[in-house]
Amino acid sequence: MLTSILALSALALVFGLILGFAAIRFKVEGDPLVEQIDAQLPQTQCGQCGFPGCRPYAEAIAAEEAQINQCPPGGEATIHALADLLDLEPLPLNPENGAESAKTVAFIDEQTCIGCTLCIQACPVDAILGAAKQMHTIIESECTGCDLCLPPCPVDCIEMIEIKKDMLTWKWPYPQESPPDSRPDSRLEASA
Amino acid sequence: MSHGNTPEKRGDFHGGIHPEQNKLQSTMESSAQARMPAKLVLPLHQHIGAAAEPIIKIGERVLKGQKIASADGYVSAPVHAPTSGKIIDIADYPIPHPSGLSARSIVIETDGCDKWIEYKPEQDYTETNPSHLRNIIREAGVVGLGGAGFPSFIKLNPGSQKKIKTLILNGVECEPYITCDDMLMREEPQSIIAGARIMRHALQADACVIAIEDNKPQAYESICKAAEGIDGLRVALMPTRYPQGSEKQLIQVITGKEVPSNGLAVSIGVVCHNVSTAAAIYRAIHLGQPLVSRMVTITGAAVKRPRNLEVLFGTPIEELLEQCDVESEQIERLVMGGPMMGFALHDTSLPVIKTTNCIIAATRKELGLDRPVMPCIRCGACADVCPVKLLPQQLYWHSRAKEFDKAQAYDLFDCIECGCCSYVCPSNIPLVQFYRFAKGAIWTQEQEQKKSDQARERHEFRQMRVEREKLERAAKRAKKKAPRPKKAAPVDGAKMAEKMRDEAMSQRDSAVDARKAEIQAAVARVQARKKGTATKPDQAADAAAAVTPPKGDVDKKDGSSAAKDSNEQVQ
Repeated sequence: MLTSILALSALALVFGLILGFAAIRFKVEGDPLVEQIDAQLPQTQCGQCGFPGCRPYAEAIAAEEAQINQCPPGGEATIHALADLLDLEPLPLNPENGAESAKTVAFIDEQTCIGCTLCIQACPVDAILGAAKQMHTIIESECTGCDLCLPPCPVDCIEMIEIKKDMLTWKWPYPQESPPDSRPDSRLEASA
Repeated sequence: MSHGNTPEKRGDFHGGIHPEQNKLQSTMESSAQARMPAKLVLPLHQHIGAAAEPIIKIGERVLKGQKIASADGYVSAPVHAPTSGKIIDIADYPIPHPSGLSARSIVIETDGCDKWIEYKPEQDYTETNPSHLRNIIREAGVVGLGGAGFPSFIKLNPGSQKKIKTLILNGVECEPYITCDDMLMREEPQSIIAGARIMRHALQADACVIAIEDNKPQAYESICKAAEGIDGLRVALMPTRYPQGSEKQLIQVITGKEVPSNGLAVSIGVVCHNVSTAAAIYRAIHLGQPLVSRMVTITGAAVKRPRNLEVLFGTPIEELLEQCDVESEQIERLVMGGPMMGFALHDTSLPVIKTTNCIIAATRKELGLDRPVMPCIRCGACADVCPVKLLPQQLYWHSRAKEFDKAQAYDLFDCIECGCCSYVCPSNIPLVQFYRFAKGAIWTQEQEQKKSDQARERHEFRQMRVEREKLERAAKRAKKKAPRPKKAAPVDGAKMAEKMRDEAMSQRDSAVDARKAEIQAAVARVQARKKGTATKPDQAADAAAAVTPPKGDVDKKDGSSAAKDSNEQVQ
């Protein structure tokens, strides 16, 4: 009787120590779920979801304060990825947040730009280059197409340009199963 | 040299099919020179890699073989004028590509003289450094003529780490209908053999094997004759089977070794080139002529006189069809490449480019268009024929459902898109199209992921910077305010004096702070270097900057911080 109590107590103590040590040693800083959700978001930082950036939206999703269908730039793909991650049913994109549109980049009309730097302050990813009273320009490769530089511009010299499809960005479309009209691997039957 | 009439049997690959050959039609007569069109449209992107950059102006006169666009980057190829004439346009024109898109092209109005630019043959290639040979081949714009169009000079660079044991010349031409390599082997075996010797020299390869399928006996005879007495050169005759001409499958058959997944042939000491590429290399080195034309098979049931034509790049396909007595109304679909791996063209006016090996003007009867697509019955026929030993059915389910990670787990990217699975599918499912779609979607996802990671990093850095600036401003304001309440009503002079003193103090403080930060950063750098970890000087600089208040903004009010922000931006 006594031995078993002692043995169990000893075991409890040992395991308690191990658990206590693990809790300190392997402590996770921050919320890993927020990180995972944030990784699925397109990082345009556009605020169309109603939150001031992708990370705040990720935090809201993790806290179950927001739905997963509020990200128009991510569109269907992001909703599916989030649904997979959080084990939820995929929802259609909430039209209140906007519609999924083609990818764009901002373009500054350099003739009209007055060098006010307002767009530079609005850009969430530092993709606009320029200085006070100097012409500004967009670093195209860094622009996320978030539209945030449009409202502050006093002379409306920024426009969003759709990214042109070329041979390098073109991808095969989803096949239509019937009718099999543009089958490249269409068989040629015996002839002649 | 050793060759016999017994088929070679070294290695083997899984599966494969025996589709209807349809090669006889276009080999009935010998090849001919295609007529010179009035206008040539030369896309700048005829190869794998970056598009070439034009080096001529509109209105300029050019000679045949003159370089009109130079390679842009390492993986790229220059474009040469296929004949003499005048440059009349440099703009977007439709290109032969499955997308049907347009791309930048140079248009030449031909003058009919076909006058060559002065060219210089290499005297003796055996005396020439392989690296110099590769440069000549690069400048001649030679790319793989088998269909992929990868710049050849790159595949002639063995690299320093690996010895090339075998150079394989691919004369297999396993796809139905295509006969351009067959015709070239029959008619110009000497060029191919000479090209093979140059390539062997460039690669310093031990042996060379020319692989030919047994459905091309004339080509085999002709090559054997030309290769007579050349040491280390072997001609291999192999039983016909599709897709034997695919690089990895051919290497497996010839050497018995399998190219590892995601690996290159070079990693197992093998390099594979097409026979027509060998002939083009011969012309580039022995004659000094750049690549300006190629052999193209014009065939299909809508063509009354199917044959092979030597075609200048940029020639509109409709002109070639006309020369082969096409019945235009019969054409149901125009295919570039073979029936298995080719793609449909949207227009007959598209130009021939470096990778155009075959044009099929197919009739409705020829195409199996009337067979409906039915649901998969899970028969497994596709897995039996897959030459890469994949599970096409699993790939199909996952690609169709857009479950790309699962498709990748089934090695989607090892698929060579040969079309065997689609060919045998009793339900006529366009399997390869699903794989192509899935591959493209995965590439797009990866690119987007990369871009979003970059955006996140930039956004986080910006937030950090904005926060830092806010703190700095707050600190400065606090410092400025602190000594003020001491005097109740200072006179103007005293105010000025105080202000100046404050400024001097803050400047001195900031100077001391900056000095401290510099020392700290230096110590940190030294420590990091001692640890042997890679130092990040920009981080150290950031640490210093965090302590140092930016100079010259002591007097600035918040309202005018815009200019400062922008200055920071430029950093």
